[in-house]
Amino acid sequence: MQLAVKSQIMNKEDMSRALSRIAHEILERNKGTGQLAFVGIRTRGIHLAKRLVERIESFEGKSVPIGVLDITLYRDDLTRLHHHPVVRKTEIPFDITDKKIVLVDDVLYTGRTVRCALDALMDLGRPLVVQLAVLVDRGHRELPIQADYVGRNCPSSQDERVDVHLQEVEGADEVVILEGERS
Amino acid sequence: MRKLLKGARILDPARSLSEILDIEIRDGTIARIARDLSPQDCEVIDLTGLVLCPGFVDMHTHLREPGQEDKETLETGLRAAARGGFVAVACMPNTAPPLDQRASVEYVIRRGLQIGLSRVFPVASVSKMQKGEELAELGDLAEGGAVAFSDDGKPVSRAELMRRALEYSRMLDRPIISHCEDLTLSAGGAMNEGYLCTKMGLRGIPKAAEEVMVARDIILAETTRARLHFAHISTRRSVELVRDGKARGVSITAEVTPSHLILTEEAVSGYDTNAKVNPPLRTADDVDALRQGLKDGTLDVIATDHAPHTREDKEKEFAYAPFGISGLESAVSLLLTELVGRGVLSLEELILKLSTNPARILRLHFGGIQEGSSADFTVLDLEKEATIDTGTFQSKGRNSPFHGWKTKGAPVLTCVQGNFVWGEVTRDSRPARSPVMV
Amino acid sequence: MKGMRKDLLGLEDMEADEMKHILDETVAFKEILFRTIKKVPTLRGRTIATLFYEPSTRTRLSFELAAKRMGADSAAISVATSSVVKGESLKDTARTLEAMGVDMIILRHGEAGAPHLVAQTVKASVINAGDGMHEHPTQGLLDLFTITEKKGRIQGLHVAIIGDITHSRVARSDIWGLKRLGAEVTLVGPPTLIPVDIEKTGVNVSYHLDPVIPKADVIYILRLQQERQQAGLFPSIREYIQRYGISRERLSRAKFDVLIMHPGPMNPGIEITEDVAISTASVVEEQVTNGVAVRMALLHYLLGGQPYEEAA
Ligand SMILES: [Zn+2]
Repeated sequence: MQLAVKSQIMNKEDMSRALSRIAHEILERNKGTGQLAFVGIRTRGIHLAKRLVERIESFEGKSVPIGVLDITLYRDDLTRLHHHPVVRKTEIPFDITDKKIVLVDDVLYTGRTVRCALDALMDLGRPLVVQLAVLVDRGHRELPIQADYVGRNCPSSQDERVDVHLQEVEGADEVVILEGERS
Repeated sequence: MRKLLKGARILDPARSLSEILDIEIRDGTIARIARDLSPQDCEVIDLTGLVLCPGFVDMHTHLREPGQEDKETLETGLRAAARGGFVAVACMPNTAPPLDQRASVEYVIRRGLQIGLSRVFPVASVSKMQKGEELAELGDLAEGGAVAFSDDGKPVSRAELMRRALEYSRMLDRPIISHCEDLTLSAGGAMNEGYLCTKMGLRGIPKAAEEVMVARDIILAETTRARLHFAHISTRRSVELVRDGKARGVSITAEVTPSHLILTEEAVSGYDTNAKVNPPLRTADDVDALRQGLKDGTLDVIATDHAPHTREDKEKEFAYAPFGISGLESAVSLLLTELVGRGVLSLEELILKLSTNPARILRLHFGGIQEGSSADFTVLDLEKEATIDTGTFQSKGRNSPFHGWKTKGAPVLTCVQGNFVWGEVTRDSRPARSPVMV
Repeated sequence: MKGMRKDLLGLEDMEADEMKHILDETVAFKEILFRTIKKVPTLRGRTIATLFYEPSTRTRLSFELAAKRMGADSAAISVATSSVVKGESLKDTARTLEAMGVDMIILRHGEAGAPHLVAQTVKASVINAGDGMHEHPTQGLLDLFTITEKKGRIQGLHVAIIGDITHSRVARSDIWGLKRLGAEVTLVGPPTLIPVDIEKTGVNVSYHLDPVIPKADVIYILRLQQERQQAGLFPSIREYIQRYGISRERLSRAKFDVLIMHPGPMNPGIEITEDVAISTASVVEEQVTNGVAVRMALLHYLLGGQPYEEAA
């Protein structure tokens, strides 16, 4: 199916403002940076986590650890994929035990990715608490999972796709809704 | 019973005969050969458009009986021979027990006559139990009907025993057929030694394993002045050795198999045990030399080395699978397609290699198309197109690397002493109707 | 990447891109080995059988650990070589395993081509864990991984492989892998242990060790089976050591950062001296660790994703 852009739901400025707000919410909820650590889910979660960490470090003047999680090996749909997903390294250069982990991803949809990420995290240690930050929550959950910090709630239909484009990956910051082209 | 065969081109290169003539068969003998014979109360068979030639003789066949009837019996083997266009086969003695006693030889002959298809001529062992230690009773075996002696399947490793066998056989006028293999050089080998073998990680059989024995046996034949025939020659150097020996007047003859003339070692790629044969398939250079040797008369005979095995025998690890190709039913079609069809050999040359020459070496006094001789002949349809399908083999052995090969030209009628032992032309006697032909 | 493959029978038929893909992924699997919980659930519910017709505790253990760390179940079947002749045929054994629901058969066999026979017989994936003198592709990949990890590349390196090349499946897999990835390879051994026409793979052959040592970035030492001497392939173990044994003195002329590798198990004092085996140049233990990681990557590569038969 060919997909076409239906509408832009966030532009560069919207994204920047949302990330700054989330950074403040995280600091407020966790009362500063004590024991705080960020884990980005490949690929876009990493860049979003970096941006959140940059903001928090500039607000607080303290460094915050950040790690990268590859969830390929925890997916429950491997046997249903046509292509072979490429496995990349999980790089978490700190012990997550007794940390307050903020898990970062771009879009929250069915909740399955987050479920994989939680499983993967638990295999690495025992965090004090895990919180979830996403740029977009588009609904349609298949698992009982809820985000703690949301950039934009964006109700969508299931035959649409919500794509986050980032400067680091696509060369521009925006969130768009795509839909199937009618022929 | 009389038969009148009409309209075939009679091709007997040994008599320089190539003409469309009719043949009348009476009591198993060729009674008359002439143009436009008219039927007088006899069965008329229209062979218009076909070629009738002296009956093919396969001088190297393994029929497995007695002892290995799961692989082949005399009956299935002789039916395969009939279908393949062979009026006679010489069967090798590596049965269980081997044909090393007169009673065994006589059994094979008796069974062959009972079966009544192609004729069978046993080759008896050179040594008792084919152990390569003591001579078998060659004289008694010859009187019992053995046409030659061989320990085929194995070489006669001891030079001294080979010398004595050659000397002794002189008084019997029977050739010794030598399977040339130095077992210390071939030991454990499964395919031709070379790059492919190195890549496949198999133990190789060097060409030298054959060549040193060919050289040894030429020298022994020369010094004993006995008749020696080389089975399944496979390398360029062997051809050269035989050519040199013949040039010196040594009484040697040699054969080559269709597989070695058509395939190279590449056929075993992917560990195809159906192409595992001894001697192993060699390189394109050897194939060229074998074809050249055939052309210039160095190699006298094409023999199938028909070696049937069961599916279970062959569906094994390459090293464990037995050597051999089931060849009787595909040989003639393949030779017509790959050698005659590609201009390597003329049809006349092929007929000599398949009929006249093996009959001469084994002193079989039949096979010529002339009045008064036994009516043993093979009829070929040079236009018949087919696909080799091992599923249709009459042989129990379906082990062939040629399954699925397309062929043009095939034996369609095999006649032994006036009896049609295999026919794929209609038996319809109405002369107006032509047999199955396009 | 090209389409998925069902089996891994050898490196001869593997292109450089595919090798690189597997080596890249191995990095991720190696990380798992250093966690407290050394296990991922990826292949949960999949069953792997190790079918060994030759004893090899090390290779079998490496595959079984890899399977367990990937969450798969594994079953071990050992077949004593002596019972092969009268016992069930390889084909029947493979069919039986498949009927029991095995998704993958890892086969070690004394004869070349045995894994090909099994792969043709069953729909399950087959990994060749060493077949006769033919190939040992997982060893080849773990060697490539180890060299890449230590040297940062394969391209342009000079690798010397020393010993009995003729009977070595490890050497064959290493040759294919190293040549495909751009290394220069020199085989060193007596002419009786160098297989016919091996130069056609693009390797150099030297019968003399000392001139090769200063040029080598990697010295890969093969295990010497002592029965080769009884078979008449070289005169004595003593003479072999004199000509091809790797000792500290010999290595004094080697590059300062040379890597010493060996597929194990070693014969200390024969092809390699004890002190070289435990020297800082030796990466033999890392080869063992990397073996598990590469095998995890391969299990995932062959069993992850869609079942092969349905793949488009
Ligand atoms: Zn033979």
